[in-house]
Amino acid sequence: MDAIQKQLLEAVAGLHEIPVGAYNIRTNGKSEARNSTEHIEITPRESGDGINIRIKDGTRKESVHIPVVLSQAGLEETVYNDFYIGDNCDVTIIAGCGIHNGGDAASRHDGIHSFFIGKNSRVKYVEKHYGSGDGKGERIMNPETIVEVGPDSTMEMETVQIKGVDSTKRMTRVKLDERAHILVSERLMTHGSQDAESRFIVDLNGDGSSANIVSRSVAKDDSRQLFQSVLNGNAACSGHTECDAIIVGNAKISSIPEITANNSDAALIHEAAIGKIAGEQIIKLMTLGLTEEEAEEQIISGFLK
Amino acid sequence: MLELRDVSFKVEADTKEIGILEHVSFTLEDNQFVAITGPNGGGKSTLAKIIAGILKPTEGKIFLDGQDITEKSITERAKMGISYAFQQPVRFKGVTVLDLIRLASGKNLTAAGACEYLSAVGLCAKDYINREVNDSLSGGEMKRIEIATVMARGTKMSVFDEPEAGIDLWSFQNLIQVFEKMHNEIHGSILIISHQERILNIADEILVIADGKLVKRGAKEEVMPYLMEGTDSYSGCTIWKEGGTK
Repeated sequence: MDAIQKQLLEAVAGLHEIPVGAYNIRTNGKSEARNSTEHIEITPRESGDGINIRIKDGTRKESVHIPVVLSQAGLEETVYNDFYIGDNCDVTIIAGCGIHNGGDAASRHDGIHSFFIGKNSRVKYVEKHYGSGDGKGERIMNPETIVEVGPDSTMEMETVQIKGVDSTKRMTRVKLDERAHILVSERLMTHGSQDAESRFIVDLNGDGSSANIVSRSVAKDDSRQLFQSVLNGNAACSGHTECDAIIVGNAKISSIPEITANNSDAALIHEAAIGKIAGEQIIKLMTLGLTEEEAEEQIISGFLK
Repeated sequence: MLELRDVSFKVEADTKEIGILEHVSFTLEDNQFVAITGPNGGGKSTLAKIIAGILKPTEGKIFLDGQDITEKSITERAKMGISYAFQQPVRFKGVTVLDLIRLASGKNLTAAGACEYLSAVGLCAKDYINREVNDSLSGGEMKRIEIATVMARGTKMSVFDEPEAGIDLWSFQNLIQVFEKMHNEIHGSILIISHQERILNIADEILVIADGKLVKRGAKEEVMPYLMEGTDSYSGCTIWKEGGTK
């Protein structure tokens, strides 16, 4: 791996070297390194366009790293990663994609991740997206996440895209079984003329299921963002979706929460707020000695933390 | 030393000019503890904002240690040693109590260091240090955190705008101790806007501002009877006596 690839790997997965446990590192369209463990098996898909990750019943306190790094300008790929998580598991999955584009042609990575989670399991899924490089070529990522959470299981999903990705269309579809839960924390920042869309469709199918989708985003300069969150309460369930956005400069943000109760015992809430940084927040930090620019930076970084 | 020289602040409303502050002059010496009191709407908070640089006077000058700071920004004044505690503290999503106290102290304070300031204002530090300074905190908690940020700055000049508002009686005694301690340890100048008799009692001097004018200045022995009399120029003044009666 060269220096640029290593830097991307650190940005998206916090990795300085080959991680402990199961991993698959993909660089410029090829698998660079792969390791299975006793409980976690990673195998290539027969079609050659991704991997299958099978996590055995009872696997606890183990992690899987599957970072993707693109440093070759003009490379476009669609990758399918399917996760089969057994019963009674407690695992952390760290994905992430970094694109460095120093050329003029667009680089694109579309990662389609499917999670099939068994009973009584807990999965934490962390995904970071990052772009760098000063080429004119766009850095594009269109992730799709499909999650089916089994009875008494919980999926916790943390997604972060803070810098350098020119265009994103993100789609997350979730199906929840009885007493299944999903917690989503999304952090997004766009600047320049970037475009980002993030849509969630959650079907709360089982009694006792719950969903909590929280998105915090900042749109700067001339960038555009669209957030859509659809909760369908099909059972005795509870759902909450919240989109909180800060708008700076000439940016545009749309937020479309949509909640549908198909069962009289479904309790659903949506909240959405868009606004610029409150002037008094900047003034307060200036009275502590920060400049206006430092205050703005501090408020945004806290908000996206 | 802080000096306000002939400071006025006027606003335009319906093509009419309204004087919020009119020709206010006073000097605050080093290590002096001054309380400003007077009726609501009399111009006290405007005066505090003018000192912090949040509002610019329409007339007059402000000097800090002999240097004209009238045109200095909020940031410049903060760096020169002026601190200001808001009457209504500002809330932030995502910024923790520890973040705010660190920013105030200007250094990478340890959690233990920040705890000292929180304990001083009567907050159990371990319960608060990682809390976000957001809507989940009550008004009284926010006020105490606000005071802790000014303590953490430890500057030569501190301005508090009604620090007692929203603070329960039990904590009030602690609050008095906080100001006395700041006064004794930092040896800076403290200016507190207050309606509380017990705060006025510990001040070296009391300034009374009513209808935008400085109507009385002096030691408490001199000013307190004046306040209690309710003279014509000061009939609207509300002083909360100990025990909560007006």
